[in-house]
Amino acid sequence: MQSIDLATTPLRELNSALQAQAALTNQTEWEILNPKGAHAIAVGLDAPIEVTVKGSTGYYCAGMNKQATVKVTGSAGPGVAENMMSGTVIIDGDASQYAGATGHGGLLVIKGNASSRCGISMKGIDIVVHGNIGHMSAFMAQSGNLVVLGDAGDALGDSLYEARLFVRGSVKSLGSDCIEKEMRPEHVEILRDLLDRAGADADPSEFKRYGSARKLYNFHVDHAGAY
Amino acid sequence: MDKTPQTKPRDSWTYSPEINAEIRRAADTGIYDIRGGGAKRRVPHFDDLLFLGASISRYPLEGYREKCDTSVTLGTRFAKKPIELKIPVTIAGMSFGALSGPAKEALGRGATLAGTSTTTGDGGMTNEERGHSQKLVYQYLPSRYGMNPDDLRRADAIEIVVGQGAKPGGGGMLLGQKITERVARMRNLPMGIDQRSACRHPDWTGPDDLEIKILEIREITNWEKPIYIKIGGARPYYDTALAVKAGADVVVLDGMQGGTAATQDVFIENVGQPTLACIRPAVKALQDLGMHRKVQLVVSGGIRTGADVAKALALGADAVAIGTAALVALGENDPKWASEYAALGTTADAYDDWHEGKDPAGITTQNPELMQRFDPIEGARRLRNYLAVLTLECQTIARACGKSHVHNLEPEDLCALTIEAAAMAGVPLAGTSWVPGQSGF
Repeated sequence: MQSIDLATTPLRELNSALQAQAALTNQTEWEILNPKGAHAIAVGLDAPIEVTVKGSTGYYCAGMNKQATVKVTGSAGPGVAENMMSGTVIIDGDASQYAGATGHGGLLVIKGNASSRCGISMKGIDIVVHGNIGHMSAFMAQSGNLVVLGDAGDALGDSLYEARLFVRGSVKSLGSDCIEKEMRPEHVEILRDLLDRAGADADPSEFKRYGSARKLYNFHVDHAGAY
Repeated sequence: MDKTPQTKPRDSWTYSPEINAEIRRAADTGIYDIRGGGAKRRVPHFDDLLFLGASISRYPLEGYREKCDTSVTLGTRFAKKPIELKIPVTIAGMSFGALSGPAKEALGRGATLAGTSTTTGDGGMTNEERGHSQKLVYQYLPSRYGMNPDDLRRADAIEIVVGQGAKPGGGGMLLGQKITERVARMRNLPMGIDQRSACRHPDWTGPDDLEIKILEIREITNWEKPIYIKIGGARPYYDTALAVKAGADVVVLDGMQGGTAATQDVFIENVGQPTLACIRPAVKALQDLGMHRKVQLVVSGGIRTGADVAKALALGADAVAIGTAALVALGENDPKWASEYAALGTTADAYDDWHEGKDPAGITTQNPELMQRFDPIEGARRLRNYLAVLTLECQTIARACGKSHVHNLEPEDLCALTIEAAAMAGVPLAGTSWVPGQSGF
């Protein structure tokens, strides 16, 4: 186990050390002490290492992650795992705005709640939130899956493209062009797999699926009111 | 026969034939007019400025003999690896998707031959443009189409796009006609749908957040890459000051004549300020912060000639960027396609429906047959030639003003032909010592 104390180590040194790990490194386990809400912790990683942040993080923790598993034992500030490409990011606490924004791949697990705009513009990432999510989540979400065990706020999935949204609790309102859709067997399987991988004890049959009505895909004046 | 003199039919200035045609088009279609390019209306511009040249009080340099340096270094503030350019003219961001692959290739090749940089656009970085561009600026846009850390690291600089002159405060739209399989795959969206680009970044709001976003990008790229921030000509003083505060190495300032691949005509013509009106406030912001020449300023929007380049530099820019002019140099709107432009209901030089993907010149299209008309090698040669002319013209003027480096041009070398231009550029009205707004009235 490699241990880096952010109370005594500059951020640049921390990220350089983590980014320098090669694909076949034998230094696979890392812990980061005293994060104290610092920004841009463990960003740009590109190796199959496991990083545990002991505490809470500021903006953009695990941003653009590839391959690595990053676990935050506290809560995460805005933009956690933004633009993630692959790997896994797990937040034991809550996540602030824009969690998983524009993520292209990988799995983001938030064991608490996520604030507004969770999964905004997601492009293939899978996100599982054990608690609730805030308003405008999955805005312009392109692909991937957003799973919410709790409730969703206003305007879920506004201007949605092809991402799948699964919500167990209530949805305060759906955004433009987002509709409830039939939960077919293949969706149940996708959901079951995501719940398993996220350590979520929930029955897929309790969820509803939401997706795009695809009415905004090509402009038509009769839908102008939806813009 | 009635010989009473008839009143000659008179068009209304308010309800001109153009306005009436637009009213009819709107009534017919129910959608605003979408087009490419920048503002077409007449606004005060570099044409309204003149250089004074040398005289008894100024000593000129010998044309063609005495050196007039044109080199520019961008990104000297924080980046470990600033960009060195041979000329003060760069190629502005234009996307693969809006432009064909061969057109992007030509921009890369031509810019490289001229010793300058080119820039990606909304839609990500292609291997072709990376390969053909010795110096490539990678745009970081609200849509984040194709964004990934590997491309960030193989870029030479990163340009965070906050706005652009054609549509400050607006997003983008690539209409379905141009969404081929490759374009769709790069953007992770279905083929054939209209691809909207958001007007705001998805994961930061305001200058304090932007500062943290820049920190993240620098951490991912080992603090090597210059970070540019591109702003539209909205509030240039404050936007420039805030960009500096957020940690920019370079500010790219795009006035309303700057082009876009596609947006609403009403937006292009009615939002944002002319390029001429933006430069001095931006330079003043840099000067007030003690950052002029430390944070470099790149100006774009209506740069066409070496005189325009020289005037922008004289007003305080470190470099300029060209987009529309570069496309024209490649062959866009060439009269040799006049009959085909006519078939599209337009004329050469006026064609701006770039979003429809029917460009006869094969540049703003993804149609394979049209794309074949464009030769990227020939296009690169034409762009290289054009960039060389811009540079020579700029040098000619700089030498005439007694400058051994184009950056030594200064506002004192200029006068204005109109009161408006004098006020915007902060230089005297020709024949007077009057600078409107500064020296009485």
